[in-house]
Amino acid sequence: MSDVGKTDRPAAGGFRRVISASVLLCGALLAGCATGPNANPKDPLEPFNRSMFEFNEALDEAVLKPVATGYQTVTPELVRRGVGNFFRNIEDLWSFVNSVLQLKGEAAASNLMRFTFNSTFGLAGILDVATEMRIDRQPEDFGQTLGRWGVGAGPYVVLPFFGPSTLRDTVALPVDKTVGDPVTKVEDIPVRNTLWTVRLIDNRAQLLKAGEVLEEVALDKYTFLRDAHLARRRNAVYDGNPPEEAPEPEPPAD
Amino acid sequence: MQRRFLNRLLAAWVCSAAALAVWPALAAADEAPDAMVKRLSTEVLDTIRADKAIQAGDMNRIMTLVDAKIMPNVNFQRMTASAVGPGWRQATPEQKKRLQEEFKTLLVRTYAGALQQVTDQTIVLKPMRAAPEDKEVVVRTEVRGRGDPIQLDYRLEKTPGEGLGWKIYNLNVLGVWLVETYRSQFAQEINTKGIDGLIVTLSERNKANAKKG
Repeated sequence: MSDVGKTDRPAAGGFRRVISASVLLCGALLAGCATGPNANPKDPLEPFNRSMFEFNEALDEAVLKPVATGYQTVTPELVRRGVGNFFRNIEDLWSFVNSVLQLKGEAAASNLMRFTFNSTFGLAGILDVATEMRIDRQPEDFGQTLGRWGVGAGPYVVLPFFGPSTLRDTVALPVDKTVGDPVTKVEDIPVRNTLWTVRLIDNRAQLLKAGEVLEEVALDKYTFLRDAHLARRRNAVYDGNPPEEAPEPEPPAD
Repeated sequence: MQRRFLNRLLAAWVCSAAALAVWPALAAADEAPDAMVKRLSTEVLDTIRADKAIQAGDMNRIMTLVDAKIMPNVNFQRMTASAVGPGWRQATPEQKKRLQEEFKTLLVRTYAGALQQVTDQTIVLKPMRAAPEDKEVVVRTEVRGRGDPIQLDYRLEKTPGEGLGWKIYNLNVLGVWLVETYRSQFAQEINTKGIDGLIVTLSERNKANAKKG
């Protein structure tokens, strides 16, 4: 790639890095294709996915979970709620953009109202006044936008760090993480990194209890997460009304 | 987006348990399935909120409640058969009985854990698209409380003369149908270890969960 047109905007450099990482990822994916009699048609990349899953689990156990647990113990609930609201408010703006791209008028209006009210009356998003006013969230990301316009989900992919995804959503991820994430526009690098870290830890802390339940309920955590994630994404693309899949024949009752 | 889903999955177990409760049937005529779901969910949520022992985390009490009030409204045999899949046909009656027991213990345990989290949730019914003569319906509800509303759907089959006239055979939390999810998990176990292997896995998991308290 020539240097003509190269800029010093941190977002542009970040974008290029993410693209390179994606290319490397594709190479690794091809190496991890599943063959053999137990290959699942929904999950052709199962060997690759399982190893990524193990990697993410190990990283989580070693680093993320302890830090998130500490954060939860040390921080009062009110403060944590404020932090959560602040980051969700930022996401609502990107949801608005995607609602517009999907030509969903009502969702666009809701998301815009949420962002405006929470940013002003809600003190930069720390207070979630819009939910008090019964304006519901309608999260939309770029993957859902692609889905709405007919791009199929593609095979299940587990990304390092980011976790469960699909091929379509992996392609959409760079867009969500650069254009869609206002935190990347923050010029001050230490501040930006602090924001990213706090958001990561807060997200993880919100899931601690649910993670325990998941351990108890799932026979095989990998499979459970995969099926739940795929079902969930399909549901999200269709906003809660996915078309019926052909039901498998019921075994005869005995 | 998966992060928030997991968190709300937890809160939604609560209200899924709530909807599966049974109460003495007073009326002779069968209720419409959506009205039944709404009524049961609300009544059970109220009971849980009022019961101090449950709020304090008495696990045995919760499991007794779930066992006594919830199971009669669920066609659990159909759920287990559906989750086990084609292997069900080949299973012996003894194996079928064990599968049902272990699957039930697994789910009851999870519901019990989630029931402790009930504080201020309410159930909102969504419009039901079904003809009056349908034998199987989907009832769609939403759990509203703190945070985002949680989607909770039920598949019910008509059971005239039995119980309240309708029985639940599948549950959808946040867009994920329970039976289908367990079907993959069970299929994996059956393919590698057979039906007996699945029973062993389930019972070991139940013992491990029981030890955790």
